[in-house]
Amino acid sequence: MAPGTLPSNPALPVPVLDVEKIRPGRRFMRAVLGNRKATVGALILLLIGFIAALPGLIAPDNPQAIIYAPNAGPSSAHLLGTTAIGQDVFSQLIWSTRQTLVVTLLVTTIATFISMIVGLTAAYLGGITDRVVTVVTDVFLIIPVLPLLILLAAYLQPGETSLIIVLCITSWAFQARQLRSQALSIRNRDFLVAARARGERAIYIILVEIVPTMTSLLAASFLALAVYVVGFAASLQFLGLGNSSELMWGTMLYNAQQGAALEAGNPWWALAPGAAVALLGAGFALLNYAFDEIGNPALRPVRKRRRTMGKMGARRWRRRGRVAA
Amino acid sequence: MRYLTKRGGLFLVTLWAALTVNFVIPRVMPGNEATAVLSTFRGVNPAALHALEIEFGVNVHQGLISSYFQYVGNTLTGQFGVDAQGVSVLSEITSKLPWTLGLVGVTTVIAFLIGTLVGVLSAWRRGGRLDAILPPSLFIVSSVPVFFVGLLLIYVFAVKLNWLPLGSNYSLGATPTFSLSFIGDVLDHALLPGLSLTAVTAGLWVYSMRNNMITTLAEDYVRMGRAKGLSDRRVMFDYAARNAILPNLTGFAMQLGYVLGGAIVIEYLFSYPGLGYLFYTATTDHDLPLMQGLFLFYTAAVLVCVLIADLLTAVLDPRTRDA
Repeated sequence: MAPGTLPSNPALPVPVLDVEKIRPGRRFMRAVLGNRKATVGALILLLIGFIAALPGLIAPDNPQAIIYAPNAGPSSAHLLGTTAIGQDVFSQLIWSTRQTLVVTLLVTTIATFISMIVGLTAAYLGGITDRVVTVVTDVFLIIPVLPLLILLAAYLQPGETSLIIVLCITSWAFQARQLRSQALSIRNRDFLVAARARGERAIYIILVEIVPTMTSLLAASFLALAVYVVGFAASLQFLGLGNSSELMWGTMLYNAQQGAALEAGNPWWALAPGAAVALLGAGFALLNYAFDEIGNPALRPVRKRRRTMGKMGARRWRRRGRVAA
Repeated sequence: MRYLTKRGGLFLVTLWAALTVNFVIPRVMPGNEATAVLSTFRGVNPAALHALEIEFGVNVHQGLISSYFQYVGNTLTGQFGVDAQGVSVLSEITSKLPWTLGLVGVTTVIAFLIGTLVGVLSAWRRGGRLDAILPPSLFIVSSVPVFFVGLLLIYVFAVKLNWLPLGSNYSLGATPTFSLSFIGDVLDHALLPGLSLTAVTAGLWVYSMRNNMITTLAEDYVRMGRAKGLSDRRVMFDYAARNAILPNLTGFAMQLGYVLGGAIVIEYLFSYPGLGYLFYTATTDHDLPLMQGLFLFYTAAVLVCVLIADLLTAVLDPRTRDA
């Protein structure tokens, strides 16, 4: 970065106005479209979102109706065959999208929120609160997640609500730690000192002053968490800790495993929901991967950086300079 | 020294937390799951049943605190209770342990070696072809759920090609001996589950290793090594990689919990009779004492590995000793 582009006086008001002109939505769009991995990830998620919104458009068959011949192979009537009790696998796959996506997004949102509150509060308050929270977070990081999930789930009625509760309890720790260390680094910045001097309450400072500076990190941790939630939710259901009559990809996998789908010559019953889970996870992972590259220039491929240092790149660096003020 | 006391403290706190989770969960969860489960425990000897009742808070006629201490005392002296069949939980665990230890141990070491090596090489030729292909693809594979990898491998190699067995740990009817054919049989059965676990775990360490390596390569001592005219290989492994791997050791041990979780799913998928499969059967039988014992065992296993990694880091990395 050319040193001249950095405003020497951090109190200059002009750059702040400039930053507000660039709406975060558009910046996000540009970042996604400028990175091939991000574009692919976003397209995958859009497609899954579309299917979740309008499943009836794609698969008009009733997914739960037991009206077909059991264990039929793929045909034009049943694109992915039928289950061992005669349900259409394709429409089960399509109709399971919504609940799978809803559970994933709900858990990820709640857990991100928990980690935000925990991490930022610990960092901001410091002292004994920080010590205690850090130890609790570390404990949650070491305790193996899946065994704990299984143990908690065993005490609850199998179903969507239990799934959401146990996943929220177990998945906030890593992100909380990341957010805490990020918040520690800005703890003594001028604007926070000013807010404290104004006599603002801690909760106001955390939510109104600190959180907005962390939107990109929050987005990144949301995406990273979503990858894990997709996998863990499906694993739990696959192990039989879901409600097997609910329409979700994980329960499809469980039913397929119980029906010995692979051995019965009916592979798509198991492979299709497995692939769907993998695709959803990959969508989040690709977007997250691209986010890391956008946010951390050190990870960017070398060749690419040279190419973007043209007109566009120069403009971006200048803007960075202003943001830093 | 401060580093070690800090890590040792965390070890004790986590162990205590896992113990307490086992004590608290049956008491705070809604419903009477524990009562229902324990009422099926007939024919279990009365002393063992009483210990379980204390752990789960069923029919207890003493204060919470005294139950808690009695439970902690029982667990610390190795009395993990009995399962639904009246068999001691500890002996159930130790009888299944070798299979999981073999499967998870070997695959984790292989995955760590692959991940570290790819991280080192891709950082060394940063921006090269290898860097562009391997780390992202390993990362993508590592975000694929392990059961999907397992399902694909079963479908291709066991169902379609019929090269490898569908599941279990060795062929039906084979007698466990130290013969070449039996060992070959065991390896045949372990190949697919091991491959699935390796595939999804190798990517876990690639990025942290690559990033450490990139930072280390900018150090003066690496430039010094180059200036001395040492061979690339010498600089890469003896000067840079050696130092870059240190911060990764603890991360490696922390990920073990994740790997063990993957092993539960994989052992279920392949009906591989290790601890994970035991956990699965305990779940379907609602055998809460066995589940809680396994949970405690898993936590202890991860903790011991983290402690070893910490000790190793303290010995190898003088920077942690001053900090």
